[in-house]
Amino acid sequence: MGEYLILGIFLLGSFLVLVAGIGLLRMPDLFLRMSATAKAGTLGTGLMVLGAAIHFDEFAIYTRAIALIAFLFVTAPVSTHMLGRAAYFDGVPLWKGTIQDDLRGHYKLTTHSLEEEILPEKDQSHIEDEADAFEINE
Amino acid sequence: MMVEILWDIIFSFLSIGFISAFIRLARGPHLPDRIISLDLISIMAIGFFVAYAVLYDQSSFLDVSIILAIITFLGTVAFAYYLERRV
Repeated sequence: MGEYLILGIFLLGSFLVLVAGIGLLRMPDLFLRMSATAKAGTLGTGLMVLGAAIHFDEFAIYTRAIALIAFLFVTAPVSTHMLGRAAYFDGVPLWKGTIQDDLRGHYKLTTHSLEEEILPEKDQSHIEDEADAFEINE
Repeated sequence: MMVEILWDIIFSFLSIGFISAFIRLARGPHLPDRIISLDLISIMAIGFFVAYAVLYDQSSFLDVSIILAIITFLGTVAFAYYLERRV
């Protein structure tokens, strides 16, 4: 009975990791890809670590598993946010179906600081409108 | 018998996710795409280590996955720092 519980947790976790991989491959834009990988990948791996803790059922393993899950859940948003910020400054194009870009014109390119009002044209970072074609249509 | 089939399904899910992340690593039109796929690949490697630890009943594989999680985070932060300062 306990073995099937662990197998169910592992199946759910590996399915979420599969969803993260497919989302990374099929999403049209860097920021959508990051939203797929950061949430599904972290939750899937965290579920698998939880299944391993239930399988071994020792105090030492429980502490290691809790440390690993806490570390994964704390660091994944931090690294994704840093990478998304750097990519936005780098001028990675948004998807052509993007409706609203609230940050457009608010970042000063020279100092990388966020300003309250829309900056004049020469200070703005170079965010182009062109985007990759949605790859399902290939 | 049933348990072995379920383990095969788990490892095939993980492997298909790995392969699609590698395809994005090879094709990715920009540098941040490649970095995010490397990040996902190492998170999937943590999942592989944990699954093998349960399958072969070796609890010491979990230590490897803790170290890999720390190195992954530091690597992604270093790449993001480089990407932002390069401009």
